Amino acid sequence: MTELPNPQPKPGWREWLLTDAPASRGQARAAAWYAGWLALRGNTLAMFGLLVLLFLILCALFAPLLASQDPFVQDLGARLLPPGSEGYIFGTDSLGRDIYSRLLYGARISLYIVALVALVAPLLGLIIGTIAGYAGGWVDVVLMRFTDIFLAFPRLILALAFVAALGAGIENAVLAISLTAWPPYARIARAETLTIRNSDYIHAIRLQGAGPVRIITRHVWPLCISSLVIRVTLDMAGIILTAAGLGFLGLGAQPPSPEWGAMVSEGRKYILDHWWVATIPGLAIFAISLAFNLLGDGLRDVLDPKESKS
Amino acid sequence: MANEMNADRTGAIDIHDLHVWFGVGAARNMAVKGVNLTVDAGQSYGLVGESGSGKSTVLRAIAGLVESWDGTIAVGGETLKQRGRSKAFYKTVQMVFQDPYASLHPRHTVDRVLGETLQLHGFSDIDARIARLLDSVGLGGGFRFRYPHQLSGGQRQRVAIARALAPEPRILLLDEPTSALDVSVQAEILNLLSDLRSEMGLTYLMVSHDLGVVGHMCEQIAVMQQGEIVEELGVAEMRRLQANHPYTQHLLDSSLGAIR
Repeated sequence: MTELPNPQPKPGWREWLLTDAPASRGQARAAAWYAGWLALRGNTLAMFGLLVLLFLILCALFAPLLASQDPFVQDLGARLLPPGSEGYIFGTDSLGRDIYSRLLYGARISLYIVALVALVAPLLGLIIGTIAGYAGGWVDVVLMRFTDIFLAFPRLILALAFVAALGAGIENAVLAISLTAWPPYARIARAETLTIRNSDYIHAIRLQGAGPVRIITRHVWPLCISSLVIRVTLDMAGIILTAAGLGFLGLGAQPPSPEWGAMVSEGRKYILDHWWVATIPGLAIFAISLAFNLLGDGLRDVLDPKESKS
Repeated sequence: MANEMNADRTGAIDIHDLHVWFGVGAARNMAVKGVNLTVDAGQSYGLVGESGSGKSTVLRAIAGLVESWDGTIAVGGETLKQRGRSKAFYKTVQMVFQDPYASLHPRHTVDRVLGETLQLHGFSDIDARIARLLDSVGLGGGFRFRYPHQLSGGQRQRVAIARALAPEPRILLLDEPTSALDVSVQAEILNLLSDLRSEMGLTYLMVSHDLGVVGHMCEQIAVMQQGEIVEELGVAEMRRLQANHPYTQHLLDSSLGAIR
């Protein structure tokens, strides 16, 4: 939904995309995407969020080009320099490392965590929730009580337990966050499935002899995915904060890797005299969380099938 | 009257002593109480009654969408089980739903709806068949790649009819196929259904609350009230207003009143 799906290069591509009577499967799909893009573009705040995210993604991609220093090189002679010092835009931390460069490389870690969690957790929730909702009966009871057990634990504590069991590190942090983040998605997917499963279009496809696997994957999933995408973008902030929290507690990314939560944690010791060490990575966490929230709000307006009923 | 297993009953429906209920225990609510019904092959049969009389429930029990029923339902001479229907059943019996706004998947194009149906029934020449189906319900190729929200109510119902016709069924169950449409479109859809029946020799079992619609479409009519069939009459008797049961007479009077 972030970019135009290859419109034809001929001059009338806008008309081609906005037609009421598409002439091929590809055109119908492209037209549907384009209509969504137009709706998203109309939402100023969502576009602002999208721009901030694109900026962060570019920063992460081109970190080696943009960085002014090596993020791991220590220079004890230049430790705790304030922002704006010669050669150090955002100052240096307690070991004399350039905060600006570490921030750029840290964006890679944060986006990596977000991308992995955003793939694993909603998919797990979608599968469990739609099976529970569509099958009903004892399958539903068993799967939902299992979900309740996961929901009953405080998320960070459960993630901590997983990391403690699996060992510290980014991959295990991702796994732990995913395993604690799926229950809300399962709940949403189940609720959506319950409203969808008794609709006439599901009855109609059952009357064609379609089995439960086909109905769930081809007919129920496409309608659940939009609400999950919205929920994921709104949860991204929480995921980043949990990752940062694990980093802050020393159980996520390990030093010297420039994870933003770990950077805040290091800066904690100097927060009264050298505010920038903790504040600047904190601002980065704030910016990415806010961007995801704004984008999520915009996506809700675009994707919610209840809003665009016609 | 039901349960005769003659050789020529391939397009026929026989229902004997059908009871359908919803809910369990004290909340159990009998929606259909002891309905007997015989529809001959090639016949167009109308079930009339006010809302809540159980007429749609009879259709849903036949189609297998309601599983809590008792009695005998035989389609094409073959007795059906409570739950589960065979592939052959879905190839014989298809259903058109009441609300065309709810019976098409909002994220699937017309092409995908018909293509998936044909694929499920094991056809191979899907592209040609989709074009033919759209033609037969009076929609040109220009509608093929549209989404439901780009179609009007009447066009959606035509797509739903095309989907029901895709497996080349013998029997169509019509659940108030026009009640969600406005009057001019209603006539178009009813004429389309009449034409399709004479072309393909289909059996119709149609549910409606509108005596005018049923009088136009059906040869035989059963009137339902509170889950029971109170009277069965031919369309000629109905036109002569010869009804024995007071409820039927009341229905006839009120629909005549609406015409005058």
